[in-house]
Amino acid sequence: MTAEIRGRRQWPLPKQADPSAPLLKVENLQTHFQLGRGWVKAVDGVSFGLDDGEALGLVGESGCGKTTTALSLVRLLPSNGKIRGGSVELFGIDLVPKTDRQLDRYRWREISIVFQGAMNALNPVVQVRRQIAEPVQYRLNQSESASLKRADELLDMVGIPSRRLGAYPHELSGGMRQRAMIAMALACDPAIVIGDEPTTALDAMVQAQILVLLEQLRRDLGLSLILITHDLSVVAETCDRVLVMYAGRVAEEGPVSRVFTEPRHPYTRKLLGAFPNIRSDRRTLETIPGEPPDLVNPPAGCRFAPRCAQAMPVCSGTPPPEVSFDDGVRVACHLFGTTA
Amino acid sequence: MSARYLGQRLLQAIVTIAAIVLLNFLLFRLMPGSPERILLRNPNLSQQVVEATRARWGLDKPLIPDQLVSYIGSTLEGDLGYSFKFRGQPVTSVIADRVGPTLLLVGLGELISAIVGIAIGAYAGWRRGGLVDRVGSGVSLVLYSMPYFVIGMPLIVIFAAGLGWFPTSGMTSVGGGDRPFPDNIIDLARHLALPLATVSLGLIGQYSILMRSSIIETRSEDYITTARAKGLRDGRVLRAHAFPNAMLPMVTLIAINLGYVIGGAITAEIVFSWPGLGTLTVTALQARDYPVLQGIFLLVAVSVVVANLAADIIYGMLDPRVRR
Ligand SMILES: Nc1ncnc2c1ncn2[C@@H]1O[C@H](COP(=O)(O)OP(=O)(O)OP(=O)(O)O)[C@@H](O)[C@H]1O
Ligand code: SF4
Ligand SMILES: [Mg+2]
Repeated sequence: MTAEIRGRRQWPLPKQADPSAPLLKVENLQTHFQLGRGWVKAVDGVSFGLDDGEALGLVGESGCGKTTTALSLVRLLPSNGKIRGGSVELFGIDLVPKTDRQLDRYRWREISIVFQGAMNALNPVVQVRRQIAEPVQYRLNQSESASLKRADELLDMVGIPSRRLGAYPHELSGGMRQRAMIAMALACDPAIVIGDEPTTALDAMVQAQILVLLEQLRRDLGLSLILITHDLSVVAETCDRVLVMYAGRVAEEGPVSRVFTEPRHPYTRKLLGAFPNIRSDRRTLETIPGEPPDLVNPPAGCRFAPRCAQAMPVCSGTPPPEVSFDDGVRVACHLFGTTA
Repeated sequence: MSARYLGQRLLQAIVTIAAIVLLNFLLFRLMPGSPERILLRNPNLSQQVVEATRARWGLDKPLIPDQLVSYIGSTLEGDLGYSFKFRGQPVTSVIADRVGPTLLLVGLGELISAIVGIAIGAYAGWRRGGLVDRVGSGVSLVLYSMPYFVIGMPLIVIFAAGLGWFPTSGMTSVGGGDRPFPDNIIDLARHLALPLATVSLGLIGQYSILMRSSIIETRSEDYITTARAKGLRDGRVLRAHAFPNAMLPMVTLIAINLGYVIGGAITAEIVFSWPGLGTLTVTALQARDYPVLQGIFLLVAVSVVVANLAADIIYGMLDPRVRR
């Protein structure tokens, strides 16, 4: 799989790449935001991997650190955000110590992002096709006409009719803009596409179309996908593996087929509990009683302890270690720990 | 930009100018003191002479419609009456003499300060908290808050009176304008230097402060994150994405300021005895030269309207969202 997909690349691997290394390996990532009253530990020790051609779903309540995790990969954090520990290895190259200038090689050419709400993510005063052509021209050093030609091909590929080629963002419908955003993300033939809630704010019909498009592109182009969403049924339909986050940490991670049928972490069970028929029914995350903790001063032990029905004395004092199971699932909970 | 958008703006401008003409007509007729008494300047005139003068000037006719119609007619012909102070001279020629110097001083000042101020403001805002920002924003704020004479006086004291590099006032030395080229230009440039510096400094403050906040606002937009995610060089993100959007509010400001250019920078012109419309306004005010004041008012008002029209058109060209 890996060799086959890498063989389809239009552009060579980065010079320092190790061809035998996994596509993406994130280890113990710590991304914090500086506030007047301290550091917001938005992502605090997150590890996961992504293989060539794989789709990973990233789920969890609002504010649990999904976007921050994604933005940390190519370091697009707000000015008060900082990666304070861990590594992000792409083809075995650690991106964390790279300067911004060095990171530019990896941005969009290896990892591109489809942001939520393409209205604001597209520049209102520049023609959509020019925004798509821009990375081709400036990153791959193609001529302007070749870049525009590529942009038009991409727009065609995502199903935007050719008479809309000269359109500005406000002239397109929400669904069209999101398609254009996807076309833009594909411009440099990246290895990984991140979709940060790419279908939120679209009506159900258009949502389904966009997801079908993403799925088809992933197969055709051999993309790897990180899909951030609140919609568990979307993960069930499109992803190979799922990463459940809670308050800046991994609660549970594993193959979708395993995690969704046999959730182990009490938080995952809460998330899924309401929908025994996850595959036949479209529903979004239900709310769980209580509030996520303050991330400036998070609980010392398990961050879910204040809301967990199964909490034990050890839970509030010691952070649960991550335990791996034979079926590929990884859980951080004292119920399964050797120390419990 | 659609013809409809253009047509609407044009119509709006024409209606506004018509309203200004009407206001100009009424305002100066409601002022105290009847025109014939001011003009004749003789308290001992017989009633007969006064009546005869009023009849000759049409002042015995009703204000509306007769006087208004003849006022509009002559305004359209470019006849704005005669100056009280500069006897016998038509208002149009009194004003025309002063337009050149004002355009040279304030127009050039606007141009320089728009370019410099926008460049400083854009850079300061983009690198918020950097050296240019800390120094530039402090200086800009001070300059912005200072009236022209506070900026101009020290310049005169240092560079004119102290170092003697530049003349203190006026636009030409005696006979300076008649010298052969290029001496006449050099003479003009030496006179222009300090007033131009004064006007530019004051305006640079204003432009850079506004551009800075406009860039800062733009910088946090999602499409800037997109541009950064594309791995574009910082300079390109600024030039191609932040700058064009941050300029939108500036276009309006610059155009409106350009409209006021014609009124002159009154304090700056006074400080340097610059023979422009600003000093003319003050002279005319002191002499109660209503026809000249009326002429200046009309000119300023019309140029502000025209500048606004220009702003709308340029805005329409820069922002595709208004092309509907
Ligand atoms: N610039 C910032 N300064 C301080 N705190 C921040 C900043 N950006 C995000 N945070 C905090 O970091 C945490 C994680 O935010 P993030 O946007 O990654 O969450 P998310 O899982 O993507 O949520 P959502 O589902 O609402 O998009 C939140 O608690 C948020 O309040
Ligand atoms: S570690 Fe304890 S508190 Fe945390 S989820 Fe497991 S049982 Fe609940
Ligand atoms: Mg988010």
